[in-house]
Amino acid sequence: MRERRCTAAVVLSLRGGSYRYPGAALDSLQDVSLELPEGSITGLLGAAESGLSTLCLVLGGLAPRVIGGELRGTLSIDGQDVREWPMHRLSESVVLSVGQPAGQLSMVAATVYEEVAFGPANLGLPRGEVMARTEQALDRLAITGLAGRDPRRLSGGQQQLVVLAGLLAMRPRHLILDGPVSHLDAGTTERVLGTLLDMAAAGAGVLVAERRTTPLLGISSNVVVMAAGRVRAVGSAEAVLADPALLALGIEEPPVLRTRRLLAEAGLGLDHEDLR
Amino acid sequence: MELRLESVSFDYPAGPRALDAVDLVVRGGETVAVIGANGSGKTTLLRHLNGLLRPAAGRVLLDGADGSSMTVARMAMCVGLAFQDPDAQIFAARVSEEVGFGARNAGASGRHLEAIVAQALDDVGLRGSLDTHPGDLGTSARKLLTIAAVLAMRTPIVALDEPTVGLDASAMARIETLIRSLAAEGRSVLAVSHDLRFVAETFSRVVLLDGGRVALDGPPEDVFDEAAWPRLRASGLEPPPAARLGARLGLGSTPTDAALLVAWQRTSGV
Repeated sequence: MRERRCTAAVVLSLRGGSYRYPGAALDSLQDVSLELPEGSITGLLGAAESGLSTLCLVLGGLAPRVIGGELRGTLSIDGQDVREWPMHRLSESVVLSVGQPAGQLSMVAATVYEEVAFGPANLGLPRGEVMARTEQALDRLAITGLAGRDPRRLSGGQQQLVVLAGLLAMRPRHLILDGPVSHLDAGTTERVLGTLLDMAAAGAGVLVAERRTTPLLGISSNVVVMAAGRVRAVGSAEAVLADPALLALGIEEPPVLRTRRLLAEAGLGLDHEDLR
Repeated sequence: MELRLESVSFDYPAGPRALDAVDLVVRGGETVAVIGANGSGKTTLLRHLNGLLRPAAGRVLLDGADGSSMTVARMAMCVGLAFQDPDAQIFAARVSEEVGFGARNAGASGRHLEAIVAQALDDVGLRGSLDTHPGDLGTSARKLLTIAAVLAMRTPIVALDEPTVGLDASAMARIETLIRSLAAEGRSVLAVSHDLRFVAETFSRVVLLDGGRVALDGPPEDVFDEAAWPRLRASGLEPPPAARLGARLGLGSTPTDAALLVAWQRTSGV
């Protein structure tokens, strides 16, 4: 049972984190410090090879615990060092989704319902609670209609939703999501981002790692930019995403801002009159 | 090479109808983006092109030859398919072997094979990683690797399932250029994508699938025209930013940034 304590926002924190994959000659993360407070969505942006996915693996506890390699620095929740916690204990607080949804399916569940129930069932919750959480997660992502289907025989986007529903059903305090909307259409993307905002409003700390800027525009209070394994910029989403220095780091300019810039460069600056 | 789908239907066991009487003709040099909501049949459609899936009804024809009489291996010499999930495609322990596998099966060997592999890696920006283990590559590079492996087969038709997922801005620009240059060589490209800005900027034709049926089929100017938005939105899709802004400014259909610039320059007389 989780201890009830009177605290301000609970923070998942990495301090001075450097990580090297097993057999690698160089560190993939170098001296990364990041705080993920409860009740907010932090965006994590970076180009290829910037360390985005690696940082997710570290924050989610998979590296080095499962993957091996060496982590220096401290990873803590609420001031407690979690590096030595067993995975089952950590997963009561922190859940992780990786980039390719098919790679995250349990491969032991015959139906979507069982797949989503897999996490809460492994938390040792009573049956009724597992079912309630499963059904609520399916409903929240509007995939109740898929409940009886074989998760291995769904489309990539549907699998991505099933994986997310499985994480929601864990009711974690922290969600580390690597490209959670990469395979989703616009309408479904909006539903997922809305769900993440609701979870943050209810107190969860969410990290959304993206190579694209658009999904972060409306949801992140704070954006962290990575390049070459280091944190390069931290700030409000508006300030960071509008910074032309992003392009130099290989990061996509938000398409809306790009269109506006191209018009301005052609001497066609937009004012509000034009948009009436 | 002409690709022709005649009333192709397909059902997954215990699943809904995935393709429902799809008719589609793609000619050499055409670039076709297949868009649609999650689960609308896009990947299922691509998997029919090289025989990985066989139609329950209807026919897939390659230059008039019925695919049902061809093996997957033979169809794959005509249609190269890069999977959505790179980890479902990659099998080799070295990048050079991964990229050379299909080309070797197509009969290339020795120096010629080496040159083909080098060119394909160059085309996707992975030069210099010949001896790397694919598992040591990052997400973006693994995706590019699977596209290189398909390019190396030099098929007249190239099919790409979500080619931009996991890519950063520079890799995405490279894929846009690559698709245009394939078309310029007279090869045709079919790609599934959710990124409608990428679709509008890159492809000459857009096909919207809904519930396994073709709901829209035309050039980006038509498919992203304001008149078609209700249809797109019924499928959970949002037109690209340039199209939305162009419509808002009363400029007609401007699916791309370039179209928007030209249209506005014309009206504002700059």
